[in-house]
Amino acid sequence: MNLQFGEAYERLRTEVRAFCAGSWPLRGEEARLPEREQAIAWRKRALAAGWLSRTVPAAYGAAGRAPDVMAETVIRQEFDRAGVPHRGSVQGTHMLVPTLLECGTEAQRRAYIPPTLTGEMTWCQGYSEPGSGSDLASLQSRAELVGDEWVLSGQKIWTSQATEADMMFGLFRTEPNAPKHAGISYLLIPMKMPGIDVRPLTMMQGGVDFCEVFFDDVRVPAKNIVGRRGEGWKVSRATLKHERMLIGDSTGARMAYDAVVALARQVERDGRPAIQDPGVRQRLAEIAGFVATQEWAIARMLSAIHRNQDAKVASEMLMAKLLSTDTQQRIAKLALDLVPEEGLREPGGEDVVMGIKPFTRGRWVSQYMFSLAGAIAGGASNIQRNIIGERVLGLPRDARPAGE
Amino acid sequence: MDFSLTDEQELLQETLRAFVANECPPRKVRAIFDGDRGEAPALWKGLVEMGIAGLGVPESHGGAGLELLELALVAEELGRGCVPVPFLGHALATLALVHGGSPAQQARWLPRLAGGELRATVALAETSGRWLPEAWTAELREGRLIGRKELVPDAEGADLFVVGCAGGVLALVETGAGLAVRPEPTLDRGRPLATLALEGAPAAGLAPGAAERLRDAACVLLAADAFGAAHQLVRMTASYAMTRQQFGQPLAQFQAVKHQLANMALEIDPTRGLWWYAAHAFDHAVADAPRAAALAKAHITERAQQVARDAVEAHGGIGFTWESDVQIWFKRVMFDRLWLGLPELHRERVAQLEGW
Repeated sequence: MNLQFGEAYERLRTEVRAFCAGSWPLRGEEARLPEREQAIAWRKRALAAGWLSRTVPAAYGAAGRAPDVMAETVIRQEFDRAGVPHRGSVQGTHMLVPTLLECGTEAQRRAYIPPTLTGEMTWCQGYSEPGSGSDLASLQSRAELVGDEWVLSGQKIWTSQATEADMMFGLFRTEPNAPKHAGISYLLIPMKMPGIDVRPLTMMQGGVDFCEVFFDDVRVPAKNIVGRRGEGWKVSRATLKHERMLIGDSTGARMAYDAVVALARQVERDGRPAIQDPGVRQRLAEIAGFVATQEWAIARMLSAIHRNQDAKVASEMLMAKLLSTDTQQRIAKLALDLVPEEGLREPGGEDVVMGIKPFTRGRWVSQYMFSLAGAIAGGASNIQRNIIGERVLGLPRDARPAGE
Repeated sequence: MDFSLTDEQELLQETLRAFVANECPPRKVRAIFDGDRGEAPALWKGLVEMGIAGLGVPESHGGAGLELLELALVAEELGRGCVPVPFLGHALATLALVHGGSPAQQARWLPRLAGGELRATVALAETSGRWLPEAWTAELREGRLIGRKELVPDAEGADLFVVGCAGGVLALVETGAGLAVRPEPTLDRGRPLATLALEGAPAAGLAPGAAERLRDAACVLLAADAFGAAHQLVRMTASYAMTRQQFGQPLAQFQAVKHQLANMALEIDPTRGLWWYAAHAFDHAVADAPRAAALAKAHITERAQQVARDAVEAHGGIGFTWESDVQIWFKRVMFDRLWLGLPELHRERVAQLEGW
């Protein structure tokens, strides 16, 4: 056991830190660009320097380095510290790109990966439908091959960033007579198309992030399929795996924890700083236990993956999402309880816009509600419990209705 | 960075797991729990022969020269098997000598402790929850000990006691005149407790600071023990749910039961790194050791207790009986949570150490 990253990685850290300091924030003319354009400019430099999406091959716009979870961890730590726009559109960089690398054609990789990495092309995920949530494979949106085009009809829902995204990767039923998992294809769909209607949904805390997307006779080139006809379910599993790893990242929990400690120092309870209140101290220390549990579990996973011993941490990997969800909810609940009067006021403005922003008091009220989304998106918590039961403890699978 | 065990550490753990499986199956745990302590000494002797008694003793004094992490790995396996041996007290007393004994004290005691010829334990608690160094009142005056210590593990038959005294000082005292051991009926029968009446027993102090090291090591060993026991409880309960049939199918087929089991696994399984790190900090990041140890003890024993309660519930009526092994593991976890103070006590220490 050795918790030092060691000389080579510390040298890497110094290099990344110097790169960040020299490249962000942008200067001169560039500093006046809109936020999105600034992010693109920075991401291009970070890709060229070999820091961003570093394992993606050079042919697709990155550095093509060998996978090294320790290097990636050090780089991400430095990126987070410097506040650079490295996270970009996660649907694109963390879900679509790995999927294309595993299942896409050469032409698809060359067309989509480079602009996705720079942020010039952004993505949304078209999976859930009104009738197909946890039972995703029951989805009904259709795509029919007519000549050399897919003709799409149906409806997607809970589609985050659908209003801004340039493209959607989505699941459509292409083989209506096949068994349900075998009748689905994975398609790439330009969003600015006739027949696509995006209607934003207002979330419970008042913000707008996810949407309904309606397809009415939308025509997409036949080549926009990833994998073969009827293999879309398998292709999508590659993506979901990456989504779970992403949510299992502990940076968010650590930042939220630090913020709630800071909040407890700021606000008062019974005429003294809340952090001196015995009840608050107990709850903070309990949360510290959960945050540390998550961090050390992730350190264990990283170390095992680094040694190619993934099997040793398989069960922790399956628990990472649920653990992270619970921790975020505990943090948000304590934060709300530190500003109880604020919780009676409706949050508005920037406070209801999700993303990594400073935690204002109103934002915590919003976060108290938004932390529930973690238990729903990317595999609902009860589905996670099924997975843990079956794959960690070896319990029998749920009984399926006949014909499944 | 490498937050994983070495091959040697994994081997140690595998060896111990095999020993427990062969020498201390639940049947034997049960027999000892039911009052037949006849086989308990042989178990301890077996561990001594494996070198467990001297694991943390420097090689120059006849031990294996290993660290708290290795001791905690042992604690995990002993907790997993609910093994009724005097490991906790012996390991802690020995560590206190390693960290606070004078060269003469070490030379005199450590070889025999490492070889298992002598057995030691620690006397920390005093009445009304006085678990920690700053709360101790027993007096060491002119080489004599006066006071009363409670809840001393495996005191009967111990040759040597490390006693917590006023001012956060540790004192070393041999069994003999001026020291009376009064056994108590103990909930966790695998680790019997006793009260120690100290009426002028001759004693020698250990170096300042040893008490805090002892406290931190105790936190880590309790956390590791509770982790092992709770981890096993989850598996025992899963196994029961696969076997027990109701409504014509195994309990585990019901999603309510499956989710309960998943929640139990989620409570305890991911906490392994928390005590690993606390042990590592004790050995290599001493400044953070008190906080890490307090956090591990508070967090893991609390999670383990929840697992134990859920395990009883999932077993139904049988889980509530003396006959069921669940109650034995349940009490092991109760001991780990309560001994050395409640999670609340250690969370408040975390708060202070964080500068809140």
